[in-house]
Formats: sequence, C-alpha cells, structure tokens
Amino acid sequence: MSLGSLPPVTTDPASARPGAPDQPVPSLPRTAGRTAERRGDRAFRGLSLSAGLSLLGIILAIAVFLVVKAIPALQDNTASFLTDRVWDPNNAQPAFGIVALAFGTVLSSVLALLMALPVALGVALFISHVAPRRLAGVLGYVIDLLAAVPSVVYGLWGIFFLNDKVVVASAFLHEHAGWFPLFGGDDIFGRSIFLASIVLAIMILPIIASLSREVFLQVPVSQQEAALALGATRWEMIRTAVLPFGKPGVIGATMLGLGRALGETIAVAIVLSPAFVVSLDILSTNSGNTIAANVALGFAEASSTGRGALIASGLVLFAITLVVNVIARAIIYRRREFAGAL
Amino acid sequence: MTTTSAHRPPDVLPQARDLQQPSLSRTALAGLAVVVLLVTSGLFAVTDLAGRAGFVVVATLLYVAAQTAVSRVVEGGRRSVDRLVTTAVIASFLIALAPLISVLLYTAEQGLTRFDWDFFYRSLRSIGARDPGGGANHAIVGTLQQVGLATLMSVPLGLLVAIYIVEYGRGRLAATIRFFVDVMTGIPSIVAGLFVLSFWILGLGFGYSGFAAALALTVLMLPVIVRSAEEMLKLVPNDLREASLALGVPRWRTILSIVLPTALPGVVTGIMLAVARVMGETAPVLLTAFGTASIVRSPFEGPQSSLPLFIYQEAASPQGTAISRAWTAALTLILVIMVLNLLARLVTRRSTLKK
Repeated sequence: MSLGSLPPVTTDPASARPGAPDQPVPSLPRTAGRTAERRGDRAFRGLSLSAGLSLLGIILAIAVFLVVKAIPALQDNTASFLTDRVWDPNNAQPAFGIVALAFGTVLSSVLALLMALPVALGVALFISHVAPRRLAGVLGYVIDLLAAVPSVVYGLWGIFFLNDKVVVASAFLHEHAGWFPLFGGDDIFGRSIFLASIVLAIMILPIIASLSREVFLQVPVSQQEAALALGATRWEMIRTAVLPFGKPGVIGATMLGLGRALGETIAVAIVLSPAFVVSLDILSTNSGNTIAANVALGFAEASSTGRGALIASGLVLFAITLVVNVIARAIIYRRREFAGAL
Repeated sequence: MTTTSAHRPPDVLPQARDLQQPSLSRTALAGLAVVVLLVTSGLFAVTDLAGRAGFVVVATLLYVAAQTAVSRVVEGGRRSVDRLVTTAVIASFLIALAPLISVLLYTAEQGLTRFDWDFFYRSLRSIGARDPGGGANHAIVGTLQQVGLATLMSVPLGLLVAIYIVEYGRGRLAATIRFFVDVMTGIPSIVAGLFVLSFWILGLGFGYSGFAAALALTVLMLPVIVRSAEEMLKLVPNDLREASLALGVPRWRTILSIVLPTALPGVVTGIMLAVARVMGETAPVLLTAFGTASIVRSPFEGPQSSLPLFIYQEAASPQGTAISRAWTAALTLILVIMVLNLLARLVTRRSTLKK
C-alpha cells in the first residue's frame, strides 16, 4: 500500500531519475516560485522544530524555576530539609522537613496501587478476553469515564459519602486484624490515609486498566489460538500466552498509575486529615499527609518562606514522579509494539 | 487373536457422549446461586451478621467457593480454576463500576438541590457560607476563559510539535522530544501550578490571574494534544503525501492542506479530550488564579475563580448551604466533561482514518 517512510523531499528533479534520458529538463518556472517554496519549507520546518525544542525548554524551565525559588527558603530553614519530621515554614524561625510528607506520599500511593492493580488487571482481561465482543468497546468506554471524573469531585464524594463507610470497615479491620502492622493505632474516626488511598485507587484504576487492555488486545491471535488448540482452558491460555506477552506493558502501566497517585493533589487534600508524622497506622485519623496535598492545604496562608518551602517540596515531588515516569516509559519503549498503544 | 481384529473397531470404542467432558449447565449454576442466597439469608437471620454490603460480600464469597467446589468435583481441577478466574474477572469489572455509579448518582442527588437559575446567573459576591442563594457564574466565566486561553496556546504549539515529530523529525532529537512528551504527560498538575507560581507570579512579578492559570493548564494540555495529534498524523497514508508532492506542491503546503485536514477529526477529538481533562483541574488553578467571590471579566486582572476551585473552596466550609453549592458545581462540571467526552467520541466516528 504505502511506499514506506518518505525520503526527504528533493526539489531537484534531475537527481530523482538517474536513468532518464540525458536531456535537460524543460525549464519550469523555477526561479521565483522555487525559491519561495524552499523558503516556505525551511520556515515551516524551523517553526515546528522550535516548537519541539520549546517543549524540552518547558520541562527544563520547570526544574530550573522550582530550584531557584526553593533555594532562599531552604537557606532560611533551621531544620534539616531531608531528615526532620516537622513542617513549620511560616514561623519566624522556619523549620521544615520533607520526610513525613514523602513517607505519606509513597505509603498512600503504594497502598492505592496494591488495591487498584488486581482489579484493573481483572477489568482489562474482562474487556479484552471475557466480555462479549460487541459489548467490549462500550464497556471499555464506561471504565474510561472513571478517568473523566475530576479529582475534586472524587474528593467531595470521598469525604461526604465514602468516609462513613470506610470508618465502619476500618473499625472492623482494627477489631479483627489489629495485630497486622497497618491496622494498629487508635483514633479510628475517618479521614485517614486508608481513605485517601482508596480514593487514589479508584482514580488510577482506569489508567492501569485501559493501558493493560490495549496491551492484551495486541497479543498475537495465533499464539492464543495455539494455546486453545492444545486444549488449554481460557485461563490457561491467558496465563501462558496473554500475560507473558503483556507483562512489560502492564508494568509500564502500573508505573504510570503510581506516578499519577504520587502527584494527585486535591482529592487527597479534601479527604485527608493532615498530620506530619511517619506512621504505619493507616486507619487512624491524622495518620499522615502527602506532598501534593500539603501544597494545596498550606498555600493560602503561606508566608514568603512558606511558599518557598512548598516549592521545595514540589521539587521533590517533581523529581520522584520524573524518575517513576522515565522508568515507566523506558519499560514501555523497550517493547516497541506497545509504544503506539500507550 | 486373529489378524482381522486389528482392523475391526475395538468393542470398547467410547461413545461420543463419553468424549465430552461433563460440564455444569447454566441451570445448574443458577440453582447453585439460589441455594447460596438461601443459605446466606439463613446465616444473616441466625447470626449477628447484618447490612446490605455485608450480605453481598458474604453471598459472593460463598457462591465462588461453592462454584469452585462443585466444578472441581464435576468438571475437574483445570476447569474449576478457569471458572474461578472468570468469576473473579467479572467481579473486578463490577467492583470498578461501583464507584463510578456511586459518584454519578450521589453527585446528581446532592447537586440537583441547587441546580437553579440563581446558581448560573449569580456569583458569591457578598454571599457568606451560611447564606442561601449565590451562584457560580464567576467560576463558570473563569473556567471558560482559562480553558479557552490554554486551548489557544496549547493547540498551535502542540500541533507544531506533532508535525515536527511525524513529518520532519529524524534521529535522536525527534526521539528525545517524543520521549519527553510522554514524560511530560506524567508531570503532576500541582507541579505545573508551582512552576507557573515561581516563574510567572514570583519570578516575573505578575499577580494571580486567570491568565496565569491558563499558563499552568497549557503545560498540562500540551503533551496530551501532541500525543493524540501525533497518532492521528501517523495514520494518514503516505500515498496522499506522495501524490501531493508529485504534483509539485511544496512540503509545508502538503502538510497544511492535505495531511492536517485528513487527520482533522482525530485531532479535534484529542483536543476535546485534553480540554475535558484540564477543565477539572483544581490544584494548578488554586496556585495561580487563587480564587475570588466576584465576577472577574478579564483573565488578566487579579484573582479569578474556576468551577473546580469553587467546588474546593465551598466544600471546605462547614455550612450545608455552601456544600450544596459545591455539589451543584460538581454536577455542572461532570455534565460538561461527559458531554465533551461523548462529542469527542462522535467526532472520532466520523473519521475515515481507522487504526
């Protein structure tokens, strides 16, 4: 059908046909029109290239400006930014450390991932291999709608609807499985890290599900049919043909979901009762805080140094999500066939 | 013992019926479900178990256990595992569906109480949290202006980047740009807000404004538009480009008048999805536009509100009147975003380019 990728356009007709008769090409209106063409091409090419470079510039500028605006606050900091569990940057003696926030961020995101991943894989398999073909597209679209709900609405729903239910479940878990390290602690009155991670799980589920679904749909039919022809049940076919093929894509999708959970702000800011502690008691009220939520919650009353401190914490968040995203993309890029789908 | 016996079919040739593995019929499974429901009801009547959610959980677990056990006896181990996994897969789909339905229903229920004329035509100017009435007109104006400006900035830039990657880009630079477009999609929205805060507001000294919010939204929209436009441009058949170039049309005109129009429906879909995505962003708008209670007509003059920001700030109040305004704004926002999503899907349908 197509002739493969286009060679760069050569505007010189003589070089295009080496075997052509050796007579001069009839001179077309070449001078004026031709140079204008070339100029137009060069200008457009330059324009699109500079757009591409400006995108790289934006990413660089994000890092540079966050660093520049974080440095004064970090210099005024009387505590150790990397190791102290305190957040009091608006004080005359500003003291703030990232540990508690970073811990809460990672803890809530990892919990969210643990809850979302199995369900998301189930959803992906349901749509790619179990649901009737004619319904699969619509059902996939319905799951994608989960991603269309704004995070502030999830926050609202989380605090006014879900919180009560999670308190009941938390009390149940605490009573019957309190020996488990995560389910200890007191003050089980809601607005806990547990609630935040459930909300996060709901928000990252459609991301992991839709990317995994795309990967599962790309598994070669021949391999699946071969497994079925050998007498495999559907699950055995999925286990032997679909999952091994899709593994890198699923890992990449999981990392992208993790990146999303790490940076989610407003839903967490609404549902969480913030505390600057390093604690594994996820069921307790005041069981932690996250970097992003802390920025949203502390921004309005932040002093100049306070804003700098928030920017510094944002820099840490930027670095963490950048690493997670680069790893995710690298995993996906290694399998070229996925790169198009994701 | 005779030589002919080898050619004769053996007497023990299995009947076709025996070759088929026994399998559970739908009727049998339905019967099993009824039995499980009865048993669960009995359990809930006798013990101190209670609650609708608890009933569903217990009944489901019992059913899965019973199905696996029966299937193991009748159909064998492999088939029973297959059934177990299939049930789990269907269950996970239903689990994923539950929050979506719950969010939509709850928002509709809470939001309809204030879904009135005042809400869309009034602002919160001199309306306290406890006062009834008041509306989100200022927030709607803000959202439209901020998202509109962000679209105006990110669409041309994003299209150019996509054109560079697909039409001109060769070698390492194009690959690098492509990679960082993907990385940029993962930048948290709060970081985009902090960036504009430190660059535009603290660095260059401009105040909070709707335009600053638009800048932050641009950072978020840009990679989404590039990725979708890139996919669509790649789908345009090379034959079209070659035909145009063979007619002597310069490359840039080929791109603008042949390639882009062919890819247009897909590109429009991508733009609409990007708009729908940033329309719900709260955190970057909070850091850059800050929010206000009055209608601010100009996005360049002072703090502005937006619908998601309105929701966030009204929901922070302990007063029921403010909270029900927040719910109505949430309902409005969800409706707009769902409509955008649906329209985007309809536009895709009209596209002649298919993956």
